[in-house]
Amino acid sequence: MDTAKKENLNDKDIQVILGTLLRAGVIISMSIVLIGGAIFLLHNKGAITDYKVFKPELSKFSSISGIFKGVASFQGDAIVQFGILMLIFTPIARIVFAIFSFLIERDYLYVLIGFIILAIITISLNGGIAH
Amino acid sequence: MSVLLFTIIVLLGAFLAGLLGSLTGLGGGVIIIPLLTLALGVDIHYAIGASIVSVIATSSGSAAAYVKEGITNIRIGMFLEIATTIGAICGAIVAVYLNANYIAILFGCILIFSAIMTLKKKVDHTTLENTDKWARFFRLNSSYPDKGIDHPYTVKNVPGGFLMMLFAGTLSGLLGIGSGALKVIAMDNIMRLPFKVSTTTSNFMMGVTAAASAVVYLHRGQIDPGIAMPVCIGVLTGATVGSKVLVKAKTDKLKIAFAIVVAFLALQMIYKGISGL
Repeated sequence: MDTAKKENLNDKDIQVILGTLLRAGVIISMSIVLIGGAIFLLHNKGAITDYKVFKPELSKFSSISGIFKGVASFQGDAIVQFGILMLIFTPIARIVFAIFSFLIERDYLYVLIGFIILAIITISLNGGIAH
Repeated sequence: MSVLLFTIIVLLGAFLAGLLGSLTGLGGGVIIIPLLTLALGVDIHYAIGASIVSVIATSSGSAAAYVKEGITNIRIGMFLEIATTIGAICGAIVAVYLNANYIAILFGCILIFSAIMTLKKKVDHTTLENTDKWARFFRLNSSYPDKGIDHPYTVKNVPGGFLMMLFAGTLSGLLGIGSGALKVIAMDNIMRLPFKVSTTTSNFMMGVTAAASAVVYLHRGQIDPGIAMPVCIGVLTGATVGSKVLVKAKTDKLKIAFAIVVAFLALQMIYKGISGL
Protein backbone atom coordinates (compact mmCIF):
# COMPACT_ATOMS: atom_id res chain seq x y z
CA MET A 1 0.00 0.00 0.00
CA ASP A 2 2.77 2.40 1.00
CA THR A 3 4.81 1.80 -2.15
CA ALA A 4 1.72 2.18 -4.34
CA LYS A 5 0.98 5.55 -2.80
CA LYS A 6 4.52 6.71 -3.35
CA GLU A 7 4.38 5.64 -6.99
CA ASN A 8 1.20 7.63 -7.52
CA LEU A 9 2.82 10.71 -6.10
CA ASN A 10 5.72 10.27 -8.50
CA ASP A 11 3.33 9.78 -11.40
CA LYS A 12 1.56 13.02 -10.47
CA ASP A 13 4.81 15.02 -10.49
CA ILE A 14 5.76 13.53 -13.83
CA GLN A 15 2.38 14.44 -15.29
CA VAL A 16 2.74 18.08 -14.25
CA ILE A 17 6.26 18.37 -15.67
CA LEU A 18 5.25 16.59 -18.91
CA GLY A 19 2.30 18.94 -19.36
CA THR A 20 4.49 22.00 -18.81
CA LEU A 21 7.13 20.69 -21.23
CA LEU A 22 4.55 20.16 -23.99
CA ARG A 23 2.96 23.57 -23.49
CA ALA A 24 6.32 25.37 -23.41
CA GLY A 25 7.42 23.56 -26.59
CA VAL A 26 4.29 24.59 -28.47
CA ILE A 27 4.43 28.23 -27.30
CA ILE A 28 8.14 28.68 -28.05
CA SER A 29 8.06 27.02 -31.47
CA MET A 30 4.89 28.81 -32.56
CA SER A 31 6.41 32.17 -31.51
CA ILE A 32 9.42 31.42 -33.73
CA VAL A 33 7.06 30.51 -36.60
CA LEU A 34 5.21 33.82 -36.10
CA ILE A 35 8.41 35.90 -36.11
CA GLY A 36 9.77 34.05 -39.15
CA GLY A 37 6.41 34.40 -40.90
CA ALA A 38 6.41 38.18 -40.34
CA ILE A 39 9.93 38.52 -41.77
CA PHE A 40 9.03 36.25 -44.70
CA LEU A 41 5.92 38.27 -45.54
CA LEU A 42 7.79 41.56 -45.27
CA HIS A 43 10.29 40.47 -47.91
CA ASN A 44 8.10 38.32 -50.17
CA LYS A 45 4.58 39.72 -49.94
CA GLY A 46 4.44 40.58 -53.65
CA ALA A 47 5.98 37.32 -54.92
CA ILE A 48 3.74 34.85 -56.76
CA THR A 49 2.97 31.50 -55.11
CA ASP A 50 2.63 28.26 -56.98
CA TYR A 51 1.87 25.06 -55.12
CA LYS A 52 -0.12 23.36 -57.89
CA VAL A 53 2.53 20.74 -58.58
CA PHE A 54 4.68 19.01 -55.96
CA LYS A 55 8.32 19.91 -56.71
CA PRO A 56 10.48 18.46 -53.93
CA GLU A 57 13.69 19.46 -55.75
CA LEU A 58 12.84 23.16 -55.26
CA SER A 59 12.58 22.82 -51.48
CA LYS A 60 15.33 24.90 -49.86
CA PHE A 61 14.90 23.76 -46.29
CA SER A 62 14.48 20.01 -46.37
CA SER A 63 17.52 19.27 -44.21
CA ILE A 64 18.49 20.40 -40.72
CA SER A 65 21.79 21.86 -41.97
CA GLY A 66 19.92 23.72 -44.72
CA ILE A 67 17.56 25.22 -42.15
CA PHE A 68 20.45 26.37 -39.93
CA LYS A 69 22.23 28.02 -42.88
CA GLY A 70 19.04 29.88 -43.75
CA VAL A 71 18.50 31.00 -40.15
CA ALA A 72 22.10 32.27 -39.98
CA SER A 73 21.42 34.51 -42.98
CA PHE A 74 18.16 35.66 -41.34
CA GLN A 75 15.77 34.41 -44.03
CA GLY A 76 12.13 34.49 -42.92
CA ASP A 77 11.12 31.15 -44.42
CA ALA A 78 14.15 29.47 -42.82
CA ILE A 79 13.13 30.84 -39.41
CA VAL A 80 9.59 29.49 -39.97
CA GLN A 81 11.05 26.10 -40.84
CA PHE A 82 13.26 26.25 -37.72
CA GLY A 83 10.14 26.87 -35.61
CA ILE A 84 8.47 23.87 -37.27
CA LEU A 85 11.57 21.80 -36.50
CA MET A 86 11.29 22.83 -32.82
CA LEU A 87 7.62 21.84 -32.89
CA ILE A 88 8.51 18.41 -34.33
CA PHE A 89 11.07 17.95 -31.55
CA THR A 90 8.58 18.84 -28.78
CA PRO A 91 6.93 15.38 -28.63
CA ILE A 92 10.35 13.77 -29.12
CA ALA A 93 11.66 15.72 -26.09
CA ARG A 94 8.62 14.43 -24.23
CA ILE A 95 9.78 10.84 -24.90
CA VAL A 96 13.28 11.66 -23.64
CA PHE A 97 11.83 13.14 -20.47
CA ALA A 98 9.56 10.11 -20.01
CA ILE A 99 12.61 7.82 -20.26
CA PHE A 100 14.31 9.75 -17.46
CA SER A 101 11.24 9.72 -15.26
CA PHE A 102 10.72 5.97 -15.70
CA LEU A 103 14.41 5.52 -14.89
CA ILE A 104 13.87 7.34 -11.58
CA GLU A 105 10.83 5.15 -10.91
CA ARG A 106 12.99 2.11 -11.76
CA ASP A 107 10.43 1.00 -14.29
CA TYR A 108 13.03 -0.43 -16.68
CA LEU A 109 10.45 -2.00 -19.01
CA TYR A 110 9.17 1.47 -19.89
CA VAL A 111 12.69 2.88 -20.15
CA LEU A 112 13.21 0.24 -22.85
CA ILE A 113 9.91 1.11 -24.57
CA GLY A 114 10.93 4.78 -24.62
CA PHE A 115 14.25 3.88 -26.25
CA ILE A 116 12.47 1.74 -28.85
CA ILE A 117 10.29 4.72 -29.87
CA LEU A 118 13.37 6.99 -30.05
CA ALA A 119 15.15 4.39 -32.17
CA ILE A 120 12.22 4.19 -34.61
CA ILE A 121 12.20 7.98 -35.02
CA THR A 122 16.00 8.10 -35.43
CA ILE A 123 15.82 5.45 -38.16
CA SER A 124 13.24 7.54 -40.00
CA LEU A 125 15.49 10.61 -39.63
CA ASN A 126 18.38 8.75 -41.27
CA GLY A 127 16.17 7.09 -43.86
CA GLY A 128 14.85 10.50 -44.82
CA ILE A 129 18.37 11.91 -45.31
CA ALA A 130 19.46 8.93 -47.40
CA HIS A 131 16.79 9.53 -50.05
CA MET B 1 -1.76 34.65 -56.39
CA SER B 2 0.59 36.83 -54.32
CA VAL B 3 2.21 35.44 -51.19
CA LEU B 4 0.39 37.94 -48.97
CA LEU B 5 -3.08 37.10 -50.32
CA PHE B 6 -2.37 33.36 -50.22
CA THR B 7 -1.20 33.63 -46.59
CA ILE B 8 -4.31 35.57 -45.52
CA ILE B 9 -6.72 33.15 -47.25
CA VAL B 10 -4.97 30.07 -45.81
CA LEU B 11 -4.82 31.68 -42.36
CA LEU B 12 -8.60 32.26 -42.37
CA GLY B 13 -9.33 28.80 -43.79
CA ALA B 14 -7.03 27.15 -41.24
CA PHE B 15 -8.71 29.05 -38.41
CA LEU B 16 -12.10 27.72 -39.55
CA ALA B 17 -10.66 24.22 -39.95
CA GLY B 18 -9.22 24.30 -36.42
CA LEU B 19 -12.52 25.61 -35.00
CA LEU B 20 -14.61 22.98 -36.84
CA GLY B 21 -12.12 20.24 -36.06
CA SER B 22 -12.22 20.94 -32.34
CA LEU B 23 -16.04 21.35 -32.17
CA THR B 24 -16.69 18.08 -34.01
CA GLY B 25 -13.78 16.17 -32.51
CA LEU B 26 -12.51 15.38 -36.02
CA GLY B 27 -9.31 17.41 -35.69
CA GLY B 28 -8.17 20.31 -37.86
CA GLY B 29 -5.98 18.23 -40.19
CA VAL B 30 -8.81 16.39 -41.92
CA ILE B 31 -10.54 19.68 -42.74
CA ILE B 32 -7.58 21.82 -43.84
CA ILE B 33 -6.45 19.28 -46.47
CA PRO B 34 -9.68 19.46 -48.55
CA LEU B 35 -9.71 23.25 -48.15
CA LEU B 36 -6.16 23.58 -49.50
CA THR B 37 -6.54 21.09 -52.34
CA LEU B 38 -10.12 21.83 -53.47
CA ALA B 39 -10.33 25.59 -52.93
CA LEU B 40 -6.74 26.69 -53.61
CA GLY B 41 -5.52 23.94 -55.92
CA VAL B 42 -2.53 23.12 -53.69
CA ASP B 43 -0.87 19.75 -54.44
CA ILE B 44 -2.00 17.22 -51.83
CA HIS B 45 1.63 16.43 -50.90
CA TYR B 46 2.14 20.01 -49.66
CA ALA B 47 -1.27 20.01 -47.97
CA ILE B 48 -0.38 16.83 -46.06
CA GLY B 49 2.98 18.26 -44.96
CA ALA B 50 1.33 21.41 -43.62
CA SER B 51 -1.47 19.46 -41.97
CA ILE B 52 0.85 17.14 -40.05
CA VAL B 53 2.60 20.17 -38.53
CA SER B 54 -0.74 21.53 -37.33
CA VAL B 55 -1.59 18.11 -35.86
CA ILE B 56 1.57 18.25 -33.72
CA ALA B 57 0.73 21.78 -32.53
CA THR B 58 -2.90 21.13 -31.57
CA SER B 59 -2.41 17.70 -30.04
CA SER B 60 0.59 18.78 -27.95
CA GLY B 61 -1.32 21.86 -26.79
CA SER B 62 -4.37 19.94 -25.61
CA ALA B 63 -2.36 16.96 -24.34
CA ALA B 64 -0.57 19.40 -22.02
CA ALA B 65 -3.85 20.16 -20.24
CA TYR B 66 -5.08 16.54 -20.10
CA VAL B 67 -1.79 15.14 -18.81
CA LYS B 68 -1.84 17.55 -15.87
CA GLU B 69 -5.34 16.37 -14.90
CA GLY B 70 -3.98 12.83 -14.63
CA ILE B 71 -6.56 11.22 -16.94
CA THR B 72 -4.07 10.26 -19.65
CA ASN B 73 -2.60 6.76 -19.25
CA ILE B 74 1.04 7.44 -20.11
CA ARG B 75 1.98 3.74 -20.08
CA ILE B 76 -0.73 2.75 -22.56
CA GLY B 77 0.20 5.78 -24.67
CA MET B 78 3.89 4.93 -24.82
CA PHE B 79 3.30 1.22 -25.35
CA LEU B 80 1.02 1.88 -28.32
CA GLU B 81 3.31 4.59 -29.70
CA ILE B 82 5.64 1.78 -30.78
CA ALA B 83 2.87 0.67 -33.16
CA THR B 84 1.80 4.13 -34.31
CA THR B 85 5.34 5.41 -35.02
CA ILE B 86 6.27 2.31 -37.06
CA GLY B 87 3.00 2.68 -38.98
CA ALA B 88 3.46 6.44 -39.45
CA ILE B 89 6.92 6.08 -40.98
CA CYS B 90 5.78 3.32 -43.35
CA GLY B 91 2.78 5.42 -44.37
CA ALA B 92 4.88 8.56 -44.92
CA ILE B 93 7.38 6.68 -47.07
CA VAL B 94 4.63 5.11 -49.20
CA ALA B 95 2.88 8.49 -49.60
CA VAL B 96 5.75 9.92 -51.63
CA TYR B 97 5.42 7.22 -54.29
CA LEU B 98 1.61 7.30 -54.43
CA ASN B 99 -0.18 9.25 -57.13
CA ALA B 100 -1.96 12.33 -55.70
CA ASN B 101 -5.30 11.06 -57.05
CA TYR B 102 -5.14 7.80 -55.08
CA ILE B 103 -4.28 9.74 -51.93
CA ALA B 104 -7.28 12.03 -52.53
CA ILE B 105 -9.67 9.07 -52.94
CA LEU B 106 -8.37 7.30 -49.83
CA PHE B 107 -8.54 10.57 -47.94
CA GLY B 108 -12.18 11.10 -48.90
CA CYS B 109 -13.12 7.60 -47.71
CA ILE B 110 -11.40 8.06 -44.34
CA LEU B 111 -13.03 11.47 -43.96
CA ILE B 112 -16.53 10.02 -44.46
CA PHE B 113 -15.75 7.19 -42.05
CA SER B 114 -14.50 9.66 -39.40
CA ALA B 115 -17.59 11.85 -39.82
CA ILE B 116 -19.86 8.82 -39.26
CA MET B 117 -17.83 7.83 -36.21
CA THR B 118 -18.33 11.23 -34.55
CA LEU B 119 -22.11 10.87 -34.95
CA LYS B 120 -22.34 7.33 -33.57
CA LYS B 121 -23.46 7.00 -29.99
CA LYS B 122 -20.65 5.76 -27.82
CA VAL B 123 -21.20 2.52 -25.94
CA ASP B 124 -19.28 1.99 -22.73
CA HIS B 125 -17.37 -1.31 -22.96
CA THR B 126 -15.34 -1.01 -19.77
CA THR B 127 -14.89 -4.01 -17.50
CA LEU B 128 -13.06 -4.80 -14.30
CA GLU B 129 -12.04 -8.35 -15.27
CA ASN B 130 -8.31 -8.48 -14.96
CA THR B 131 -7.74 -11.31 -17.46
CA ASP B 132 -5.36 -9.99 -20.12
CA LYS B 133 -1.82 -11.20 -19.43
CA TRP B 134 -0.30 -8.54 -21.71
CA ALA B 135 -2.10 -5.80 -19.81
CA ARG B 136 -0.68 -7.17 -16.56
CA PHE B 137 2.83 -7.57 -17.95
CA PHE B 138 2.94 -4.01 -19.32
CA ARG B 139 1.11 -2.65 -16.25
CA LEU B 140 -1.58 -0.98 -18.35
CA ASN B 141 -4.44 -1.32 -15.85
CA SER B 142 -4.94 1.89 -13.91
CA SER B 143 -7.54 4.36 -12.67
CA TYR B 144 -8.59 7.90 -13.52
CA PRO B 145 -9.92 10.72 -11.34
CA ASP B 146 -13.38 12.17 -11.99
CA LYS B 147 -14.99 14.66 -9.60
CA GLY B 148 -12.67 13.60 -6.82
CA ILE B 149 -13.42 9.86 -7.17
CA ASP B 150 -10.90 7.36 -8.55
CA HIS B 151 -12.36 5.08 -11.22
CA PRO B 152 -10.30 1.91 -11.72
CA TYR B 153 -10.31 0.14 -15.11
CA THR B 154 -8.67 -2.85 -16.78
CA VAL B 155 -7.42 -3.28 -20.34
CA LYS B 156 -8.46 -6.13 -22.66
CA ASN B 157 -7.14 -7.55 -25.93
CA VAL B 158 -3.79 -5.73 -26.01
CA PRO B 159 -2.49 -7.45 -29.21
CA GLY B 160 -5.69 -6.51 -31.08
CA GLY B 161 -5.38 -2.89 -29.99
CA PHE B 162 -1.71 -2.87 -30.96
CA LEU B 163 -2.52 -4.09 -34.50
CA MET B 164 -5.26 -1.50 -34.91
CA MET B 165 -2.79 1.20 -33.81
CA LEU B 166 -0.33 0.03 -36.46
CA PHE B 167 -3.08 0.64 -39.02
CA ALA B 168 -4.04 4.00 -37.49
CA GLY B 169 -0.40 5.08 -37.58
CA THR B 170 -0.03 4.08 -41.23
CA LEU B 171 -3.05 6.15 -42.23
CA SER B 172 -1.75 9.05 -40.17
CA GLY B 173 1.58 8.96 -42.02
CA LEU B 174 -0.05 8.39 -45.40
CA LEU B 175 -2.65 11.16 -45.15
CA GLY B 176 -1.10 13.65 -42.71
CA ILE B 177 -3.95 13.43 -40.22
CA GLY B 178 -4.14 12.52 -36.52
CA SER B 179 -6.48 9.58 -37.30
CA GLY B 180 -8.13 10.05 -33.91
CA ALA B 181 -11.28 8.14 -34.98
CA LEU B 182 -9.30 4.93 -35.55
CA LYS B 183 -7.28 5.34 -32.36
CA VAL B 184 -10.45 5.72 -30.34
CA ILE B 185 -11.92 2.54 -31.94
CA ALA B 186 -8.79 0.65 -30.97
CA MET B 187 -8.95 1.85 -27.38
CA ASP B 188 -12.75 1.99 -26.76
CA ASN B 189 -14.02 -1.06 -28.62
CA ILE B 190 -11.01 -3.37 -28.67
CA MET B 191 -9.10 -2.55 -25.48
CA ARG B 192 -12.23 -1.50 -23.55
CA LEU B 193 -10.89 1.72 -22.08
CA PRO B 194 -13.18 4.37 -20.55
CA PHE B 195 -13.94 7.26 -23.00
CA LYS B 196 -12.12 9.87 -21.00
CA VAL B 197 -8.96 7.79 -20.90
CA SER B 198 -9.09 6.78 -24.57
CA THR B 199 -9.68 10.27 -25.98
CA THR B 200 -6.98 11.90 -23.86
CA THR B 201 -4.48 9.08 -24.42
CA SER B 202 -5.14 9.15 -28.18
CA ASN B 203 -4.41 12.88 -28.11
CA PHE B 204 -1.22 12.27 -26.14
CA MET B 205 0.00 9.75 -28.74
CA MET B 206 -0.83 11.92 -31.73
CA GLY B 207 2.12 14.28 -31.23
CA VAL B 208 4.78 11.57 -31.32
CA THR B 209 3.06 9.74 -34.20
CA ALA B 210 2.82 12.94 -36.23
CA ALA B 211 6.44 13.86 -35.37
CA ALA B 212 7.62 10.50 -36.74
CA SER B 213 5.98 11.11 -40.12
CA ALA B 214 6.82 14.85 -40.12
CA VAL B 215 10.52 13.96 -40.00
CA VAL B 216 10.09 11.95 -43.22
CA TYR B 217 8.00 14.70 -44.85
CA LEU B 218 10.54 17.38 -43.96
CA HIS B 219 13.36 15.55 -45.69
CA ARG B 220 11.20 14.89 -48.74
CA GLY B 221 10.49 18.62 -49.14
CA GLN B 222 6.79 18.20 -48.39
CA ILE B 223 6.81 20.77 -45.58
CA ASP B 224 6.88 24.18 -47.26
CA PRO B 225 7.21 27.11 -44.82
CA GLY B 226 4.95 29.28 -47.00
CA ILE B 227 1.98 26.93 -46.47
CA ALA B 228 2.87 25.36 -43.13
CA MET B 229 3.18 28.78 -41.41
CA PRO B 230 -0.41 30.04 -41.97
CA VAL B 231 -1.82 26.50 -41.56
CA CYS B 232 -0.31 25.77 -38.16
CA ILE B 233 -0.96 29.26 -36.77
CA GLY B 234 -4.55 29.24 -38.06
CA VAL B 235 -5.45 25.72 -36.97
CA LEU B 236 -3.93 26.14 -33.50
CA THR B 237 -5.79 29.44 -32.93
CA GLY B 238 -9.06 27.95 -34.23
CA ALA B 239 -8.72 24.83 -32.09
CA THR B 240 -7.97 26.91 -28.99
CA VAL B 241 -11.06 29.08 -29.54
CA GLY B 242 -13.08 25.92 -30.30
CA SER B 243 -12.12 24.23 -27.04
CA LYS B 244 -13.25 27.36 -25.11
CA VAL B 245 -16.59 27.46 -26.96
CA LEU B 246 -17.10 23.70 -26.58
CA VAL B 247 -17.58 23.98 -22.82
CA LYS B 248 -20.57 26.30 -23.29
CA ALA B 249 -22.18 25.12 -26.53
CA LYS B 250 -24.51 22.17 -26.94
CA THR B 251 -22.84 20.35 -29.76
CA ASP B 252 -25.20 17.55 -30.85
CA LYS B 253 -26.98 19.53 -33.57
CA LEU B 254 -23.74 21.28 -34.54
CA LYS B 255 -22.11 17.91 -34.98
CA ILE B 256 -24.72 16.72 -37.45
CA ALA B 257 -24.50 19.94 -39.46
CA PHE B 258 -20.71 19.75 -39.58
CA ALA B 259 -20.74 16.06 -40.46
CA ILE B 260 -22.81 16.88 -43.55
CA VAL B 261 -20.35 19.62 -44.56
CA VAL B 262 -17.43 17.25 -44.02
CA ALA B 263 -19.12 14.45 -46.01
CA PHE B 264 -19.65 16.91 -48.87
CA LEU B 265 -15.95 17.86 -48.84
CA ALA B 266 -15.05 14.17 -48.78
CA LEU B 267 -17.22 13.38 -51.81
CA GLN B 268 -15.57 16.25 -53.70
CA MET B 269 -12.12 14.87 -52.88
CA ILE B 270 -13.15 11.41 -54.12
CA TYR B 271 -14.71 12.88 -57.27
CA LYS B 272 -11.62 14.98 -57.99
CA GLY B 273 -9.38 11.97 -57.42
CA ILE B 274 -11.38 9.67 -59.69
CA SER B 275 -11.72 12.21 -62.49
CA GLY B 276 -7.95 12.82 -62.37
CA LEU B 277 -7.04 9.14 -62.80
